[in-house]
Amino acid sequence: MTDCTHDMIFRIAGDGGEGIISCGDFIAAACARSGLEIYTFKTFPAEVRGGYAMYQVRAGMKALHNQGDTFDIFCALNKEAYEINISHLLPGTAFVYDDSFSPDIPDGVLAYPIPMTTASKNLGFKKAKNMVALGAISELFNIPAKPLKDVLSDKFRTKGEEVLHSNLAAFDKGVELATCMEKVDKLQLPKGTESKDVIMISGNEAIGLGALIGGLNFFSAYPITPASEIAKYLAMHLPKTGGSLIQAEDEIASISQVIGASFAGKKAMTATSGPGIALMSEMLGFAFMSETPTVVVDVQRGGPSTGLPTKHEQSDLLAAIYGSHGDTVRIVLSVENVADCISMTVDAMNIAESYQSPVILLSESSLAFSSQTIPTPDPNTIEVVQRKRWDGEGEYQRYEMTADFISPMADPGTPCALHIATGLEHKADGRPAFTQDNHEVMSNKRFDKLKSLPDHYHPVEIDGDLKTKADIGIIAWGSTIGVVREAIVRLREEGISVKGFYPKLLWPMQVDQFETFAKRCNTILVVEVNHQGQLAHLIRAETSLNPVSHTICGGMPFTPANIEATVRELL
Amino acid sequence: MSEIMKAKDYQSGIHPVWCAGCGNYGALAAVYRALAELQIDPAHLVNISGIGCSSRMPYFLKAFKMHTLHGRAGPVATGLQLARPDLKVLVTGGDGDGFSIGGGHMPHLGRTNVNLTYVLMDNHIYGLTKGQASPTSRREMKAYTTPYGGIEAPMWPLLYMLTYGATYVGQAFAGNAKMCAELIKGGLEHKGMAYIHILSQCPSFNKMDTADYFKSIIKDIPEKHDITDLRKAMRLVYKFREQEKEPVGLLYKTQRPTLDDIMADLVKQAGGSKDYDIRKIIDLSRP
Repeated sequence: MTDCTHDMIFRIAGDGGEGIISCGDFIAAACARSGLEIYTFKTFPAEVRGGYAMYQVRAGMKALHNQGDTFDIFCALNKEAYEINISHLLPGTAFVYDDSFSPDIPDGVLAYPIPMTTASKNLGFKKAKNMVALGAISELFNIPAKPLKDVLSDKFRTKGEEVLHSNLAAFDKGVELATCMEKVDKLQLPKGTESKDVIMISGNEAIGLGALIGGLNFFSAYPITPASEIAKYLAMHLPKTGGSLIQAEDEIASISQVIGASFAGKKAMTATSGPGIALMSEMLGFAFMSETPTVVVDVQRGGPSTGLPTKHEQSDLLAAIYGSHGDTVRIVLSVENVADCISMTVDAMNIAESYQSPVILLSESSLAFSSQTIPTPDPNTIEVVQRKRWDGEGEYQRYEMTADFISPMADPGTPCALHIATGLEHKADGRPAFTQDNHEVMSNKRFDKLKSLPDHYHPVEIDGDLKTKADIGIIAWGSTIGVVREAIVRLREEGISVKGFYPKLLWPMQVDQFETFAKRCNTILVVEVNHQGQLAHLIRAETSLNPVSHTICGGMPFTPANIEATVRELL
Repeated sequence: MSEIMKAKDYQSGIHPVWCAGCGNYGALAAVYRALAELQIDPAHLVNISGIGCSSRMPYFLKAFKMHTLHGRAGPVATGLQLARPDLKVLVTGGDGDGFSIGGGHMPHLGRTNVNLTYVLMDNHIYGLTKGQASPTSRREMKAYTTPYGGIEAPMWPLLYMLTYGATYVGQAFAGNAKMCAELIKGGLEHKGMAYIHILSQCPSFNKMDTADYFKSIIKDIPEKHDITDLRKAMRLVYKFREQEKEPVGLLYKTQRPTLDDIMADLVKQAGGSKDYDIRKIIDLSRP
C-alpha cells in the first residue's frame, strides 16, 4: 500500500469501450488542477473494440517517479476487470464495483457495491456508466469537487449542452449513491497546493512538444502503436510553426523522407516503434555513412516481431545501437520520464545536427501513454543548436577531414558547394573510393567524431555518494530509473546501503563513469524490462564490470517492491 | 548563376562508368541538354538516385546530389522536395530500382503528385549485378538466374504510372537523344510528378532487348493523340501493346495541385509562421 499521507493510487478497469480512459483522464486532470503531482499508467487491448482496459492515476504531494507498486482504490466496471485484478486486492484496498456482479470480497478489502449499470440505465444513458463510477469515487475519496466539475464541463461542453447535462446527471447520481454508503476505509486524497505552474502531458505528446522546441521543420512517420500520438500531436501543431509533415507509405519511406529533408538543410525527425526501427535500419546505415543528421524516436513495445504491441518493454537497446549492417553505430539516448521526453528530444536534435549522425531516442510504451505533471517548460531558456555550415572559404569538400572529424555541411542552393551525399565509401570530396587506406580513414572519421560526445553531453545521474561504500549499486535505464529511485529511498529507510546509476546517453557509452560508480559497490545490479538483459550485456562487453542482471518481460514495468525484493536477495 | 550554361557545362568532371554502347549515355546526354535548354542553376538542382547502373548518374552531373539506397530515391526526393520546394528535383534510376525493390514507393509519388521529374532508364535487366531478369524482362528471356526462361510476366510501367496519378508521362528510346531531351525538358518544366520512361539498351547483359530490338518496337504517338485525356492515354498503351509496339513521345499531361502546394495551403490554414509562439501550444497542455 502507498503511504496515503503523501500519495494515493486509483485503478479503474473495465472493457475497452466503457469509458475507462476518459474516466481516468478526468481524475488525473482534476487532481492536477488542485495542485497534486500526477503519474498515470494505462494498459489497453491491442484490438480496436472490447477487451480489458485499465487506467491508473497516482496522485501525490511530492514528485512521482513511477506508477507505484499496486493501488489503493480499485474500481471495476465489470466482472472480468475484477477477476484480472483479484490477486492485487490486498487488505486495506478500497474496492468500488458495479453491483451487476457479485464478487467474493477478499479479507480486509473494503467493498463499495455501486449500481452503475442500473443507475445509468435508469437515467436513459447506458454509456454514462463510467460517469456514475466517477461520481461515486470522487465522493468516497475526496477528489476536489470544483476542479472535477470544471474538467467535466470543459470536456463535455464542446459536445453540446445536452451531452454535458446528461453526463453531469450521471456523475451526480454516482455522488448520491456513494453518499448513501457508509465510509469503511480511511483513504482520503491528500490536499494539493493550488499555485503550481505545471502542464500535464503524455510522453508521446511531450516528444512532439520537444521537437517543436528543438526547431523541427520536417516530420514523416508511418502509423504504429505506441508511437502514433507523436505524429498526431505534430500533425496538429507543426504546421503552426511553418513546418511540413507527411504520413509516408511505410517506415522505409518515412526515414528516407527525413534524410532527404535533412540533406535539404532542415531539421527532420521520424517516430516509430521496434518493427519500424527494423525496417529503417538500412537507411540509418545510409545516414551514418553519408553523415546526414537524422533523428528517430523509438517508442519501444513488447517484441520481437509483432510481439505485444500495446505493452511495455525495453528491448530495442541493441537494435538501436547496432542494428545496421557493416560498421555502424547510432547515438542512443533514453528517456526516464515525461520531462525527459521534452528536453531530450531537443538534445537528440541538437546532437544529430552537431555530430551529423543518426540519433535514436528511446522511449517506452508505458511512458507514451503516461500523463505526468511537469513544470511548464520555457522554450526561450532551452538551447537549440544548428549544424556546422560551410563558411564559403576555399574549395568545398563535403567530407573534409577536420580536427574534430566533423565536416561542414552546405545546403542545396549554396553556390560553389555542389556535392554528393553517398552511401558508397568515398573520399573527402564524395567521390567513390574503395581502397583499403581510404576505408580505414573514413571509418575512423565516422566513429572518432562521436568520441567527444560524452565530454559535452553527460545526462547521467548518480544517486548516492561516490566516495562511500555500498552493498549494492543499481544501474537502470529508461523508465525503470524512476522505479529504482523509489526503491532506493525505501531500502535506505530499512538501513540497506544502495546507490543508483542512471545513464541516459547509452551510446557512445560512458565507460569510465560506469566503472567509477562500480568501484565502491560490492555488487552491481542491472535491472531492465527485457529477456536478454541488454544493458547488462553491453556493460559486460564494454566495461570491466560483470553485473548481476535482473530482468522481467511480462509486458509491465517494474514496481519498486520488485526492485527492493531483488536487492534483499542479493545481500 | 550569370553566364550561359551549355550542355557540357552540366558535366561534373567524373566520367561515366557505363559500358560502351549503354543506352544510359543517351539519357545522360539528354539530361545535360534539357538542363541547358532551361538554363537550370546547378546550385538549385538536386539529383537523387538509388542503386543500379543508371543510378550512378548523379556522379556525372553538376548539381547537389544524393546517391542513396536501392529503391529509395523516390521517398528521399519527396522529403527533400517538401522541405525545400524552391529546389528543382530530378530522380534518376532504373527498372529494378524503381519497380522491383522501390515499387512500393511509385504509387505514392504519383498519387501525391510530388513536384519532381523521374527519369527511369529501363534496360529490362539488372546490369550492375551482371544480368538477372528484372520486372520488365520478357518472360522468355534466359538470364543469370533464369536459365530456362523466367516464370514472371513483365510489368507495364507506363500503365502503372498513369494509374498511380503521375501528371506527366512520356516514353522515349535512349537512341533518340532529341526526343529524350524534349521529354525531360518538358518534365522539368512541368509542375507535378513527371515520369519519363527511357528504353535504354544494356549491351553487356541483355542480348535479347538490344538497341535494334527497341528500335523495332517503338512507334511514335500519333500527333492527334489528346495528351490531356487519361483514358485515351491508357487505351493507347494497350492498343500499342496488342501490336507489340511501345509508344514514344508525350503520352499524358495534366495539372493537379502538388504535394508541396497542398502542404503550403495547410500551413496557411493553420496560421503557420516561423515566429509562432510555442508557448501557445504549451498552454494547451495545462490540466
